[in-house]
Amino acid sequence: MIDFLQLLIYGIVLGSILTLGAIGASLVYGILRFANFAHGDMMTVGAYLALVAVTTTGMSVYVALPFAMIGGAAIAIFFDQIVYKRLRRTVPIILLISSFSTALILRSVTQLIWGPKNQVYEAGISLPYVVGGVRIRPDHVTIFVGSVLLIIAFHLFLKYTMAGKAMRAMSDNVDLARISGVNSERVFLWTWAIGGALAAAAGVFLALDTRLHPEMGWHVLLAVFAAVIVGGIGRPYGAIAGGMIIGVATELSTMVFEPAYKPAVAFALMVIVLVLRPTGVIKGQP
Amino acid sequence: MTTLLEVIDIRAGYGEADILNGLTLTLSDNEIAVIIGPNGAGKSTLMKAIFGLVSVHGGDIRFAGQVISGRRADQIAKLGLSYVPQERNVFASMTVHENLEMGAYLLRAGLRDHLSRVYDLFPQLQERRNQIAGTLSGGERQMLAMGRALMLDPRLLLLDEPTAALAPRYVAETFERIREIRSQGIGVLMVEQNARQALAVADRGIVLVMGQNRFEDSGPKLLANREIAEMYLGG
Repeated sequence: MIDFLQLLIYGIVLGSILTLGAIGASLVYGILRFANFAHGDMMTVGAYLALVAVTTTGMSVYVALPFAMIGGAAIAIFFDQIVYKRLRRTVPIILLISSFSTALILRSVTQLIWGPKNQVYEAGISLPYVVGGVRIRPDHVTIFVGSVLLIIAFHLFLKYTMAGKAMRAMSDNVDLARISGVNSERVFLWTWAIGGALAAAAGVFLALDTRLHPEMGWHVLLAVFAAVIVGGIGRPYGAIAGGMIIGVATELSTMVFEPAYKPAVAFALMVIVLVLRPTGVIKGQP
Repeated sequence: MTTLLEVIDIRAGYGEADILNGLTLTLSDNEIAVIIGPNGAGKSTLMKAIFGLVSVHGGDIRFAGQVISGRRADQIAKLGLSYVPQERNVFASMTVHENLEMGAYLLRAGLRDHLSRVYDLFPQLQERRNQIAGTLSGGERQMLAMGRALMLDPRLLLLDEPTAALAPRYVAETFERIREIRSQGIGVLMVEQNARQALAVADRGIVLVMGQNRFEDSGPKLLANREIAEMYLGG
């Protein structure tokens, strides 16, 4: 039972990280209509941006988080303007392949600047809280609470601001949004800004949970997309459910399978959902 | 009456193929014009071309004296042109209220007044204001689509087959609403399959064949024209 609860906590932490990544990937899919393969590497870059803030100013990683998110948003918008903007009228497969090259650029530049070694924000270990035999790391509390706050902020933005409503409208029906007076280019910028900022936060949390490495984001991309698809592709609210399902299921699977099979569990869940309920847990786009 | 919309010798279609081949028509404010014609004549394409949603290869479209061909849809909306497509004409995942808010997206203030006028025209929408649009009945959905398009007080409303998916009892009501809309000083350009009923409320009827306007006359006169009745109104 204690093992189960312990794994459940690891699963919720992983689920929080995947959710933040999946919301952005799902948003980009819903509005720009392509699977952004660079999303994992945007997470990586966000994690390293926070490292820069931490090492140059000595601030704590929690203070560095907003800077990383702003940087992540800026980088996402930068790549949109120089790469994807020229490809708006092409078919999704060309955008997808372009995002693959963006991913390679981000990963290579990260490795060029910060090197291929593992790094951490703060050396040393913090003692976990022990509750009824279950150990809870302070970092894990931060990741969970931080993710919940960001998800609530995102929800309020989507539900109550005109920019958020325009994003939902674009995701629902592009032509109808445009004839209603929505400037699609402006919505694209909002989409990248939010997707990039949430990806950066996911990257910082992933680095807190494990360590910084130039391929850290690339390695979770599959799990992020599994979360997107399980939740219903193009549905940001579905991504929350998808992220949690994938996170908890992969961690719990280690009770039965070798931990090395974790990515396979995410992939298997994705395939099962595609076969049984292709629209996702929350109805996705056709 | 002043000229509101001018479509001059327009060629347009999907990709390279032209569906409209040199269509020309003008529309004055404060009139209901109905376009009829066989399937594939380019009726819906004309509406999309006016809003820049298909490729326009030649000719000019002017609205209130300004050239609008080549402009973005949101810029065209800003000039006072509104459009209700035939299908997928509401934001299905959003509430009725949010759909109407999206109709007023360009509006910076005074949402309440605009909302209450649309709710006056379609009282059922107010009862369902918090319902998700995708769960509305066909008739309610059509009302919402028209309500959304009316939020900004357009000068001209484009309606693509407003009665196509409606139960018969809603059809007469829809035409009644369209008359009410015109009486508020809004021009209406409408594509209709229910040609007889539509021509009965029309100030002008236009018969579109093979991407060109073949006949044009007042609604009642077109209805009385035996040749047109036989060819395009099903005898």
